[in-house]
Amino acid sequence: MIEVRNVSKAYGQKPVLENISVQIPKRKITSLIGPNGAGKSTLLSIMSRLISQDQGTIHIDGQEISQAKNEELAKKISILKQENRTNLRLTIKELVSFGRFPYSQNRLTQEDQQLVDQAIDYMNLTSIQHQYLDQLSGGQKQRAFIAMIIAQDTDYILLDEPLNNLDMKHSVQIMKILQRLVVELGKTICIVIHDINFASCYSDYMIALKDGKVIHEGTTEQIMDSSILRDIYDMDIHIQHIQNHKICVYFS
Amino acid sequence: MSHKVKLTTLGILAAVLILTYLWINIGSNWSYILPRRGMKILAILLTGSAIALSTIIFQTITLNRILTPSVLGLDTLYLFIQTIVIYLFGSATLTMMNSYTHFLISVGFMILFATLLYKIFFGHEGQNIYFLLLIGLVFGILFNSLSSFMQVLIDPNEFQILQDRMFASFNNINTDLVWISTVCLLLIFVYFLRFYKFLDVLSLGKHPAINLGVRYNFVVKRLLIIVAILISIATALVGPITFLGLLVVNIAYEAFPTYQHRYLIPASILISFIALVGGQLIVERIFTFETTLSVIINFVGGIYFIYLLLKERQA
Repeated sequence: MIEVRNVSKAYGQKPVLENISVQIPKRKITSLIGPNGAGKSTLLSIMSRLISQDQGTIHIDGQEISQAKNEELAKKISILKQENRTNLRLTIKELVSFGRFPYSQNRLTQEDQQLVDQAIDYMNLTSIQHQYLDQLSGGQKQRAFIAMIIAQDTDYILLDEPLNNLDMKHSVQIMKILQRLVVELGKTICIVIHDINFASCYSDYMIALKDGKVIHEGTTEQIMDSSILRDIYDMDIHIQHIQNHKICVYFS
Repeated sequence: MSHKVKLTTLGILAAVLILTYLWINIGSNWSYILPRRGMKILAILLTGSAIALSTIIFQTITLNRILTPSVLGLDTLYLFIQTIVIYLFGSATLTMMNSYTHFLISVGFMILFATLLYKIFFGHEGQNIYFLLLIGLVFGILFNSLSSFMQVLIDPNEFQILQDRMFASFNNINTDLVWISTVCLLLIFVYFLRFYKFLDVLSLGKHPAINLGVRYNFVVKRLLIIVAILISIATALVGPITFLGLLVVNIAYEAFPTYQHRYLIPASILISFIALVGGQLIVERIFTFETTLSVIINFVGGIYFIYLLLKERQA
């Protein structure tokens, strides 16, 4: 379980997060939702020690992360940010192999190689694994980076807008893979996501941020409610039940 | 051609040039000439590897292939120190000064400056690395302007002596300094080995590196200090020579299209040996000391870059 306790963060004078306390439940997909500028990405970055908070603590499985060794944390929690523009000339396989760095540094063992191959296979990239990243489409590139995170084999996986720039087919593909990671491998996943319908269909738990505060949290069933969503997004959102899913219709 | 074959070829080429340099026209007086040439070669190997290694590290940290560590302002600081000594105490002091003292003053001030720069930079969290480079650049311009100001005021004869220091040269190398530099560089290299494994990961960028368990600020700070020491020693030994780094490292990237530093580092070091020993041979044998190594290397390097530009344009 990831536990966020009383975390605050300000960029200069501007407070971005104010006294946030949430828990990310284990073996579930948790979606961080909310309007632009609510502080979702900042919270995700703080949870994964990419940036440091001004106040408060983060605990992973009871251990405070500022006390933990960075090398050990890298075997426990992984994060993928949106901007993954690398100008390195890397093949998919080379990129995914970086995921094993926390375990074997630059000398991959047989076991590492197997895990890398598995991760590539998991993301359906085996046929193009020797292609260079700069020759790939946005969706393939995104999948390659997720494969690296899978190869890192951490209990906790944090993804910042993993569906950014992807079409429906690839978005669904990625969300299904995340579900499989939870069901088959027992991972805990936390994503920042803007498309409320994707969040509704694929996540188990939702945390809504607005103006740097947690304004609602609960199971998807609880959050997907017209009055709560109005609270979060300041707009009227109708909810339709389609094939056991709650789908938001917000086009007016 | 595989990377290993290419590396071996470069190694053989470098060895051939070094042996040629040592034995060409040696005549009968070899017991006198050979140690002197050997000393020059040792100095070339030291500066070549220091400059190549520091440029590779620097470009990996900054994720930029056209920056050189000279933007930190270290070589302008070196010239500033030389100018200020001549301006305040006269050229006699500089030429008479114990070579150790001179070396230690130059290296000491350069490392002190770099450390202060890093202190300011790493004091604030979340600073962009380009902010550090910008400060370095501004200081570089400041040192440059102050030096030119003093150079205008000093006696023209004094300026002649100063001008000799403004270009890298292997022609009058102080033997004592070569030994002390060798020891320093070996120590730094051993220290660097501890951070070597992080370079590949660092080339992915800051956030991916932290994600993969690198203590980013800790490692980058130490690597930048290593860069500063390497540059300071090389500059104090032969004069401002950071221009060489950009050239050899980019040739290495061209010849070895990989991210792996276990090929890039030896390749750029070998290429810098080839450039320096080859250049020195041309200076001594073809131009009979009428030009400097900097001129040769900048000339050849410039042509190579124009070639690269033209090639890229066609592709």
